[in-house]
Amino acid sequence: MYVAVKGGEAAIANAHRLLADRRRGDRALPAIGIDQIVAQLGLAVDRVMAEASLYDRALAALAIRQARGDMIEAIFILRAYRTTLPRFGYSKPVDTSAMVIERRVSATYKDLPGGQLLGPTFDYTHRLLDPSLLADADIDAPLEREDSGEPVMRVSDILAGEGLVEDDGSLPDGHVPGDITREPLEFPMARDLRLQALARGDEGFLLALGYSTQRGYARTHPFVGEVRIGEVEVELDMTELGFSVSLGRIQITECQMIAQFKGSAKTPPQFTRGYGLVFGQSERKAMAMSLVDRALRAEEFGEDVVAPAQDEEFVISHSDNVQATGFVEHLKLPHYVDFQAELALVRRMRREYEEKLAGSTDDIAEAAE
Amino acid sequence: MASVQKSADPGATDADGERRRAIGLLAKATRAELQSAFDALDDKPDAQPVRGPETGLVMVRGRIGGGGAPFNLGEATVSRASIRLGDGTVGHGQTLGTDGAKARLAAIFDALFQQPTSKAAVERLLAAIAARVAGEDAAKARQTAATRVDFFTMVRGED
Repeated sequence: MYVAVKGGEAAIANAHRLLADRRRGDRALPAIGIDQIVAQLGLAVDRVMAEASLYDRALAALAIRQARGDMIEAIFILRAYRTTLPRFGYSKPVDTSAMVIERRVSATYKDLPGGQLLGPTFDYTHRLLDPSLLADADIDAPLEREDSGEPVMRVSDILAGEGLVEDDGSLPDGHVPGDITREPLEFPMARDLRLQALARGDEGFLLALGYSTQRGYARTHPFVGEVRIGEVEVELDMTELGFSVSLGRIQITECQMIAQFKGSAKTPPQFTRGYGLVFGQSERKAMAMSLVDRALRAEEFGEDVVAPAQDEEFVISHSDNVQATGFVEHLKLPHYVDFQAELALVRRMRREYEEKLAGSTDDIAEAAE
Repeated sequence: MASVQKSADPGATDADGERRRAIGLLAKATRAELQSAFDALDDKPDAQPVRGPETGLVMVRGRIGGGGAPFNLGEATVSRASIRLGDGTVGHGQTLGTDGAKARLAAIFDALFQQPTSKAAVERLLAAIAARVAGEDAAKARQTAATRVDFFTMVRGED
């Protein structure tokens, strides 16, 4: 017999009211504004956009405020919101070589066209808490220097000129880019689908996997050919007009990871590559993504699949933190009936075990007599 | 080699190119820029809605390795609107974000851009938008240039 149990409506409503109170906190303090979150917690906003797979700074900031700063909750909220909107179409591929650059560094070439542009980076800071930020001290305006106007050439194009690195990564002619928001995941998957999944994958998960490859679990001996951060145009074909138009610019981070050589009877030895592309300013994520992209190409290069980072199904199936948190967190929801069934089972097993034990001691006693 | 993205579609006419430039600049305008230009118009156009304003998503694509096969990077919010002026001229506006009112204003200016009588006024607006964007880009480029590393080599005196 199945007996439905209801209840909890009042408790849930009151809990959500309490949540709203705790989210607001001390009313004597001013409420934090969405524009303040966008302006002053910009990298948190960028992470939410990247992992929600939805570029909209104001909505991401709203999600962060609503989630009380819980990033995965904010990502969940924004990911859910995107399902309420119609899809207008697919943009033309963004052109990262035409990026309006805010930062570009290369670990492989010291003097490359365009130079090493540090931009607004945490690198070379001492990671000491800064007490001046306890107060709202005046901040110096950034220094300026005449822009060289030199094109900021992509490092992959420099290496490609010598033929020492593999191509950007082509797929068979006529291949239509897959879309994990439209089709269920199927393995094995093409590299375009993997990159889409990785681009919205959890930063911490990809970071750990990328790190594991450095520690020897699928070592590829990588170099950062280049990391670049800046704005690119998003263009959409307008069917009404018969040409494409710009919708504006978005900020993205791109990482070209250059890994160790492969060659075959047909192709001479050359560097291989991993690619990372992420919404917003998100260097750690872009680097981790490019390491994992390279590791996942193991079979393509005839490498032995021996490490977690090379296991496509393992990596892609567990990279989405919205899915992961849903399945882990559902464990706290009522499982009363399930648990009762297991309790009854373990009680019966215990009874049988004790009866068997009692029986065998009787046997021993009989044997002794 | 990286494939180079064409900045204009093959077969596009000069008029298409002009309009493409106008729509692209209107997308980069702020709502305030469009609103104040609208407020400054002597004859307020009678713009009837054809579609929207509505907000939806565009799936932004990247290319593997930067120049290889396309892949889907993630979506962005886009707002768009189409309007028709009294004489039947249709204007389209679309812009990243959720500001439908801005898309509608952009659509009005796209329509006005196609009309000889109002084109000059729209050109002035476009020039102002282009100048602001170029100024912001140049300032950012100069700030970035100040963070460029100047390498120098220490004389080590090994001889």
